Amino acid sequence: MEQLNNNGQILEIKDLKVVYKTDLEVVEAVNGISFKIDKGKTCGLVGETGAGKTTTALSILGLLPERTGKVLDGEIIFEGRNILELPDEELRHIRGNAISMVFQDPMSALNPVYTIGDQIGEAIKIHNPELSKEDVEKRVEEMLQLVGIVPSRKVEYPHQFSGGMKQRVVIAIALCCEPDLLIADEPTTALDVTIQAQVLAMIADLRDRLGTSMLMITHDLGIVAKTCDDVCIMYAGKIVEAGTVEDIFSGNRHHPYTEGLFGSIPNLRVKSARLKPISGLMPDPTDLPVGCEFSPRCEKCMEICRTQKPDIYTEGTHKIYCHLYSGNVNNNGETVPEEEKTDE
Amino acid sequence: MYKYIIKRLLFLIPTVIGVTFIIYFIMNITPGDPGRAILGSGVSQADVDAYNHAIGYDLPFLQKFINYLENMFLHGDFGISYVTKQPVFNEIWPRYITTIELAFLGMIVSTVIGIPLGIYAAVKQYSATDTVASLISFLLAAVPTFVLGLVLLFCFSLKLNLLPSYGIPDWTGYIMPTLAIAIPIAAQNFRFTKSSMLDSIRQDYVRTARAKGATERTVVWKHVLKNALLPVITQIGLNLGLLLCGAVVAEQIFSVQGIGSLIVDRITQKDEPVIIAGTILISICFTIVMLLVDIIYAFIDPRIRAKYTKKRG
Repeated sequence: MEQLNNNGQILEIKDLKVVYKTDLEVVEAVNGISFKIDKGKTCGLVGETGAGKTTTALSILGLLPERTGKVLDGEIIFEGRNILELPDEELRHIRGNAISMVFQDPMSALNPVYTIGDQIGEAIKIHNPELSKEDVEKRVEEMLQLVGIVPSRKVEYPHQFSGGMKQRVVIAIALCCEPDLLIADEPTTALDVTIQAQVLAMIADLRDRLGTSMLMITHDLGIVAKTCDDVCIMYAGKIVEAGTVEDIFSGNRHHPYTEGLFGSIPNLRVKSARLKPISGLMPDPTDLPVGCEFSPRCEKCMEICRTQKPDIYTEGTHKIYCHLYSGNVNNNGETVPEEEKTDE
Repeated sequence: MYKYIIKRLLFLIPTVIGVTFIIYFIMNITPGDPGRAILGSGVSQADVDAYNHAIGYDLPFLQKFINYLENMFLHGDFGISYVTKQPVFNEIWPRYITTIELAFLGMIVSTVIGIPLGIYAAVKQYSATDTVASLISFLLAAVPTFVLGLVLLFCFSLKLNLLPSYGIPDWTGYIMPTLAIAIPIAAQNFRFTKSSMLDSIRQDYVRTARAKGATERTVVWKHVLKNALLPVITQIGLNLGLLLCGAVVAEQIFSVQGIGSLIVDRITQKDEPVIIAGTILISICFTIVMLLVDIIYAFIDPRIRAKYTKKRG
């Protein structure tokens, strides 16, 4: 498992394109994104609802809706192998074993007619068929202990647990085979704030203890600051800005969308009457703009933004896809953008 | 759970009383009388009245109702048929056995055809099998029993001469009535199972199961099916309950002596004891079937089980 390929990256996504095809329309959910996750590191995938975050996660596990979801192009390289080319049977051995996922809504993620012990045990049995019944039970109890549930509750059914407890069970299922990569898809969105903090702390703690790499999908920048090493900001199926947490939180240049995201968070130190939300809505994924996807909502939109896709601008580990910074000297960030005024 | 079952069984007593009352009441407000029906139109009104008096038909309906309850609960006596002068129980029971046989055969056949096909069609949605099965089920669910019965009779009795067209002389006599009863219900079961499966397949917990690395077979048979079966079981139970009321049309077409045709016959002759005893028997069976459905439900779904057993767990 520890084979070193590409300098210790566990996952690399190259130019991934995913569409949902129905009889009526083609939804371009993910439009050529690339990023990588280093071993033992946590990468945050940030963006508003509909940006394609969950679609990206589902394509990694090969769980896109069978008939409609299609990967058009790109590679997902996990431990040296392109997941998209693996036969179903091999992919099945990766799922839940090497890569596992914590879902957004714990209320519906557990099967109501089986005990939680059964559901955790099932994952263990699938990937460790050699274990005896007693060993599986023992492992189930260990896992429950690990996520802070009294092991004797393993005979209970999901409806007997609260939302936060259910999410712990889901996490126990995800971690019971000690995966190399954990995908957490907005794991705390459905929980109330106090429980959010508990669950996040628990995920972070378990990740550190088990040495798991993680893809943290969220729209909450607070969670990113707390848990992530690297961040990708996604908008309309594209990554618009990527870098380390420091790049995103304290870099001096940002994609206007990232600035908008930060503008939507209340700041306790600055007195302001209102939050500054990003105006407008995400573009229709069946009919994306020709130029930069963010251009219709961008305050700094220029002529070129409407007609041409932006190039990458790099500053060390920090990458921004925006016309504002094109034509600048890359890699040192000394030159200021020529024009930082709005054309309209 | 046992407490609940006993409670439900005790509830049978008011059900029986209610059913008896309703039938006496309806009989009372509908025209006609057994004397005229049995003696025919050529007899004088005085003779008819005398006949009605002799069998106790002319008593006030409340009194008849109370007498009947008394006889039934205290002496286990369901009365004597006005028409045949036989104890009602002897008349009803052999015919009800036939009805029960047909009802269970119909249920088994319709379940065995409908559910596996429904599961298959849901798993392979949009496949050729799914399309064909859905189309046929559409058609069969829309065909009335008497048309289906006549077509069966025409093919297997008249043309091929394979199956008896009249009554149940031996086991081959069961085939056509069972099919006539089972086919529309099988079509219904198919559609129900398919939609319930499709509904269940799209649930988040199924995605969780897939994300665990479960095989497609485990996903379908373990995670989807158990959840999808709940509404299907209600459907099967309801249909069985209805079949236990007698399949009047199928009984008529195939000349099968079931409870349905018996009750219809006797309604025209105002044979109150037979009608009432038959209806009571049907309502008891119906209640028991519904109770069984509830028990199976609780067995499958822990959330419902929790409702019956008061303790937390």
